[in-house]
Amino acid sequence: MPKNPNIKKVVVIGSGPIVIGQAAEFDYAGTQACRSLKEEGLCVVLINSNPATIMTDKDIADKVYIEPLTAEVVKAVIEKEKPDSLLPTLGGQAALNIAMELEESGFLREKDVMLIGTSANTIKKAEDRLEFKKTMEKIHEPVAPSEVVTNIKDGLAFVSKIGYPVVLRPAYTLGGSGGGIAENEEEFIEILMNGLRLSRVGQVLVERCIAGWKEIEYEVMRDANGTCITVCNMENLDPVGVHTGDSIVVAPSQTLGDKEYQMLRSAAFNIITELNIKGGCNVQFALHPTTFEYCVIEVNPRVSRSSALASKATGYPIAKVSAKIALGYHLDEIRNAITKKTFASFEPALDYVVVKIPRLPFDKFIHAYHDLTTQMKATGEVMSICTNFEGALMKALRSLEQHVDSLYSSRYTDMSDAEIVQLLRHVDDRRIYVIAEAIRRGISQEAIHSITKIDIWFIDKINHLVEMERAIIDSNGEISRDLMKEIKRMEFPDKVIARLSGKSEAEIRSLRYEYGITASFKMVDTCAAEFEASTPYYYSCYDGENEVEEDHSMKKVMVLGSGPIRIGQGIEFDYCSVHSTWAFEKHGYQTIIVNNNPETVSTDFDIANKLYFEPLTAEDVEAIVNLEKPDGAVVQFGGQTAIKLTEALIGMGVPILGTSAENVDAAEDRELFDEILEKCCIPRPAGKTVFTRDEALAAANELGYPVLVRPSYVLGGQGMQIAISDKDIMEFMDIINQHVQEHPVLVDKYLMGKEVEVDAVCDGEDILIPGIMEHVERAGIHSGDSISVYPAQTLSPKIKRVIEDYTRKLANSLHVIGLINIQFIAYNDEVYVIEVNPRSSRTVPYISKVTGIPIVDLATRVILGEKIRDMGYEPGLQPEADYFAIKMPVFSFEKIRGAEISLGPEMKSTGECLGISKDYNEALYKAFLGSGVNLPKTKKMILTVKDADKMDAVEIGRRFVDLGYQIYSTRSTCRVLNENGVAAELINKVEEPSPNLLDLILSHEIDLIIDTPSPGIERSKDGFVIRRHAVETGVTCLTSLDTANALLTSLETSASRNLSLVDISEI
Amino acid sequence: MKAFLILEDGHVFEGKSIGSTKEIISEIVFNTSMTGYLEILTDPSYAGQSVCMTYPLIGNYGVCLEDMEADRPWQSGFIVRELAKKPSNFRSEQSINQFLINNKITGIEGIDTRALTKILRTQGTMRGMITTDENYNLDSCLERIRAWHMGHVVLDVTCKKKQFYPGSGYKVAVIDLGVKDNIVKSLRNRNCQVTVYPAETPAEEILADTPDGIMLTNGPGDPKSCQVTIREVKKLFDTDIPIFAICLGHQLLALANGGDTVKMKYGHRGANHPVKDLKTGKVYISTQNHGYMVKEESLDRKVAEVSFINVNDGTVEGVHYLGKNAQTVQFHPEACAGPLDTDFLFDTFMNMMEVSK
Repeated sequence: MPKNPNIKKVVVIGSGPIVIGQAAEFDYAGTQACRSLKEEGLCVVLINSNPATIMTDKDIADKVYIEPLTAEVVKAVIEKEKPDSLLPTLGGQAALNIAMELEESGFLREKDVMLIGTSANTIKKAEDRLEFKKTMEKIHEPVAPSEVVTNIKDGLAFVSKIGYPVVLRPAYTLGGSGGGIAENEEEFIEILMNGLRLSRVGQVLVERCIAGWKEIEYEVMRDANGTCITVCNMENLDPVGVHTGDSIVVAPSQTLGDKEYQMLRSAAFNIITELNIKGGCNVQFALHPTTFEYCVIEVNPRVSRSSALASKATGYPIAKVSAKIALGYHLDEIRNAITKKTFASFEPALDYVVVKIPRLPFDKFIHAYHDLTTQMKATGEVMSICTNFEGALMKALRSLEQHVDSLYSSRYTDMSDAEIVQLLRHVDDRRIYVIAEAIRRGISQEAIHSITKIDIWFIDKINHLVEMERAIIDSNGEISRDLMKEIKRMEFPDKVIARLSGKSEAEIRSLRYEYGITASFKMVDTCAAEFEASTPYYYSCYDGENEVEEDHSMKKVMVLGSGPIRIGQGIEFDYCSVHSTWAFEKHGYQTIIVNNNPETVSTDFDIANKLYFEPLTAEDVEAIVNLEKPDGAVVQFGGQTAIKLTEALIGMGVPILGTSAENVDAAEDRELFDEILEKCCIPRPAGKTVFTRDEALAAANELGYPVLVRPSYVLGGQGMQIAISDKDIMEFMDIINQHVQEHPVLVDKYLMGKEVEVDAVCDGEDILIPGIMEHVERAGIHSGDSISVYPAQTLSPKIKRVIEDYTRKLANSLHVIGLINIQFIAYNDEVYVIEVNPRSSRTVPYISKVTGIPIVDLATRVILGEKIRDMGYEPGLQPEADYFAIKMPVFSFEKIRGAEISLGPEMKSTGECLGISKDYNEALYKAFLGSGVNLPKTKKMILTVKDADKMDAVEIGRRFVDLGYQIYSTRSTCRVLNENGVAAELINKVEEPSPNLLDLILSHEIDLIIDTPSPGIERSKDGFVIRRHAVETGVTCLTSLDTANALLTSLETSASRNLSLVDISEI
Repeated sequence: MKAFLILEDGHVFEGKSIGSTKEIISEIVFNTSMTGYLEILTDPSYAGQSVCMTYPLIGNYGVCLEDMEADRPWQSGFIVRELAKKPSNFRSEQSINQFLINNKITGIEGIDTRALTKILRTQGTMRGMITTDENYNLDSCLERIRAWHMGHVVLDVTCKKKQFYPGSGYKVAVIDLGVKDNIVKSLRNRNCQVTVYPAETPAEEILADTPDGIMLTNGPGDPKSCQVTIREVKKLFDTDIPIFAICLGHQLLALANGGDTVKMKYGHRGANHPVKDLKTGKVYISTQNHGYMVKEESLDRKVAEVSFINVNDGTVEGVHYLGKNAQTVQFHPEACAGPLDTDFLFDTFMNMMEVSK
């Protein structure tokens, strides 16, 4: 069946801001699908509130609306653009939910818009727990005994029939939000109450607990003709009980025989046939470890994180093929884009092993619970490919960039064997290291299996790695060629071999080269070499011949990617890497991307001329450099991950394109940087560099509290804190020095001024500043967590000129060629520099889109030698756009139990959304709406503030009262409000008798909490409990009065008007 | 112990010996299935061949003897990248290495199976030797390899005398050219009363048992070496008794009807081959194992039409005989190893027998 000729203009809904459970994989899938639709000559109208994505570029879609993802906005876009179809399966759960709402309300029918891809009926059958269960029963596919409950009483009645433990899963939520396993009635009631509230339809599924079974996923495709294929299956190393997003996953399955493999494959086909899926679908199974019994866990009738992983693991572009199927094509009419010889109607055969490891955010939330449950917590993931499992696991571990380069990195030397056994029972992100340690202690594989339920096959593989550690230690540095071959086959990095054998890394490296043991590269070709493939997508191994052909016909550039998505280094760096790759290609370069993140656009098979799916460490990159001999490498687009490789690349003789390494260093090195500032006469807050706790104390006392403490060379202000006392300094320094610091710690005087940020392109002489961004929150809150406003609203022309001047001076002094990001504080009419990053930043995609100035493209051209003046731009600060564009941070606190939500100098947000309008207040309203703040609802709020904020709180309280809000406050805030004529009701503190604050929050009557915590470590326990409960019950909670002010402004003017729409492609 | 794989073009791969150390010469082929190594080892169609598994980790779930497709493995040799040291599966009874040793099958592990696959893909299926003799003389080995021919292997794998399996349904005569157990099982699951005949049983003897349907099975080697069987098959075909043929059986029926077969460059061996039903346009994923194929242009259009094609390379995957009650397929609807997508063809066969009753 060829393409349906009636489809000409299609609306694609994206997935919105990056949150835990819905991340970069949807940018990857959406971008691939939009390109595939455009390739078919369709007009693509895109709606996505996330400005950091590639899919919201005007060259990906024809019309781009970076607007809040609500049913109302999608309706308005449909009314304006008059499309004939809507494709809802590319934007994750968020997009499916909106599509369902529009379908159920009859809006789509009324506007004559077809839902293409997957029908509403299919979505309902797959997503609605009750419908799903009924459907499975009809086709005799087993599901765990379960019941959908809508209240506590029914839940308790059902659980008395099936017994504990039980699993709870709320319907229609992201990443299993609000789900969990309950072992007893108390836990059951707690999780159920929470789940009922979070579910869009107030339904929670209670089911028999199948924890400990094998968790197996199938990625399957089906076309309108009923042809079904499996793209790949995946086995979770962690048995059922840990969300697949938080599990270590291996592809293909390893411990299933053909009978089990085919049984589940047939079941998956049976299911997608009954559901009438047209496109890609993910089916998750629980398989009993010692029988053929299985249960269907869930079905996702859309692209997903798992489908992104399956695409990267096999080379099969699921999103692209799904988009073509939505247009009416059959699988055997779509070419396999990798081989270009075969068709999409086949099943990839792998001749390697793929391992995925989640990137969990516990380094950001040190005090949060590390337990892994059915509630996903990972912000990102890494993938690795190797010819053996041990090697793939080792590569994935070092790709995480968590100070880990082998299973030997985390030892538990201070623990007894009994404590290790106890720790094995604990399911958290450290479990794999604990297993390795248990093996080292001689605890039997069977014992480990019986505790963890992890299949013996995996435990035995970990055992191989532990045995190899021992062999290296026992070698005393006398490593034979055969042993070295085996060590490298298992992918032990030279650094680890050196550490274990007592040699230096250089000695190991030269011994290895002497033996002629170097990495070779194999191709991912979808077909296990059965057919010739033309898409160069490679991975390394040490047990085979090299397949990469030497090619020096063109100039080559290597673009280093940014690794796993984590808080502080998100999708925006992938945006920059991809755009720079495209720009290099346009200018006649052969492009090579090195990255290890399966969720991103940069690791799609057709972005660069060559893709190396490898860890981003010096040794791994060197193997590629030895082979490719690139003419240069760019590190300024891949965040800190790429920057960290600069020195190593220079050592390999690879020229760094753009700003030189010395100048990158100068920006980070306090003394060099101070010299530059002095030379340019640019003031900065006074500061010192220190290494030890005592030095830090001395520095802080000399500068006077409050001070800002942070390690240099870090992401997203990691470890950055505001200290108000010696006690704080001591605690912060202890945390920072848990890991050996190669670089000093910075202690700066803290100025509470207005924070301002610019990104600029510099060609060595001139600079181009697309715009100045101003933060709503005053200094002290990380720029990534602040609301950012473009164009800056409160800066005088004089200040703007100073900022432009300082930017020029700094860019010139640092000899920047390419991008530079500078953060300033405007304090008492004086501008101070607080941070300079001679590289791309988080705000690059945002400022590019709202100004229409493609700064990554310009920066790349500058790197290639072009001048700003020759590219059609007048140097300096560009004229302001006539739009207000507001970037709003989005958090995932509800997913991380026990995480402190109050904002500070360490970044905590996982994503962002945009509010854009010709009217400032509307832009602000859109930004809040896009981030999920949809107020007012009950018009009841809690207002409790620290002493320093009390007077500001009066004005804020008054404005909320004017909006009709009823305010509850604890004693001191209440008194101040009442004394100043603002009506507020006194409510008891948490530790006081009921009814108190907590009762009020849990009664679900509150729609807003404003709680500003006292600074420093001595944060009140009370406040923490209030804020956690707010987050966990879905109440909007603000911890800064600046944010509260902005929210008020947006509420005061929002008064139910129709939102305007802005098509970014017209800017 | 070291082992060597020597290809007839002079390529040598050095690895480690697994299973038996007996020196063997055979045809070298590759299979891209990611599971089902035991079914592949015991598939009689691999007689005279050593199979290189392209998936690198083999033996992960051990050996469950009830999954065997014949009562012994038929491969000459087994070539893998890495054999599991500690298999793990609730049904596993032994390791694959133990199985190879017990059954005296020679094997080699630790070679770059992808490199070998690429050689076979670009240069075509080759003969080769697996030896543990570290002092081998390459020239004399190559001479012996080049002197080796597979011969009429169907006679090695077919049953020596007829076997009877009772059932309450249709009487099916299975002509054993190297039958996989799951073909018989698939018939018996449909209550058929099954009689398995040696490959060269005269048609008259089979017809004397008054079968309701005839099943021609899979099997090894060059179809043209089965001249006796082809002659008998033609007689069976002329009776109008419903015929269902798989793989080698499919090729023999084509030859019996004046068609031609040809050796493919490197064949189809795996569990991921898309075949398209030309009537419905629907594509199924199939298990395949063949080194020869029916030439499409050799089929007399008045006698036969193509019913299935391979989506990858357009080759003939099934034939429908006009005005006849006969369907033949090149792929393996009995799966094992591989997908069960075309199992319905056995139901079609049941219908064919029902209609002709």
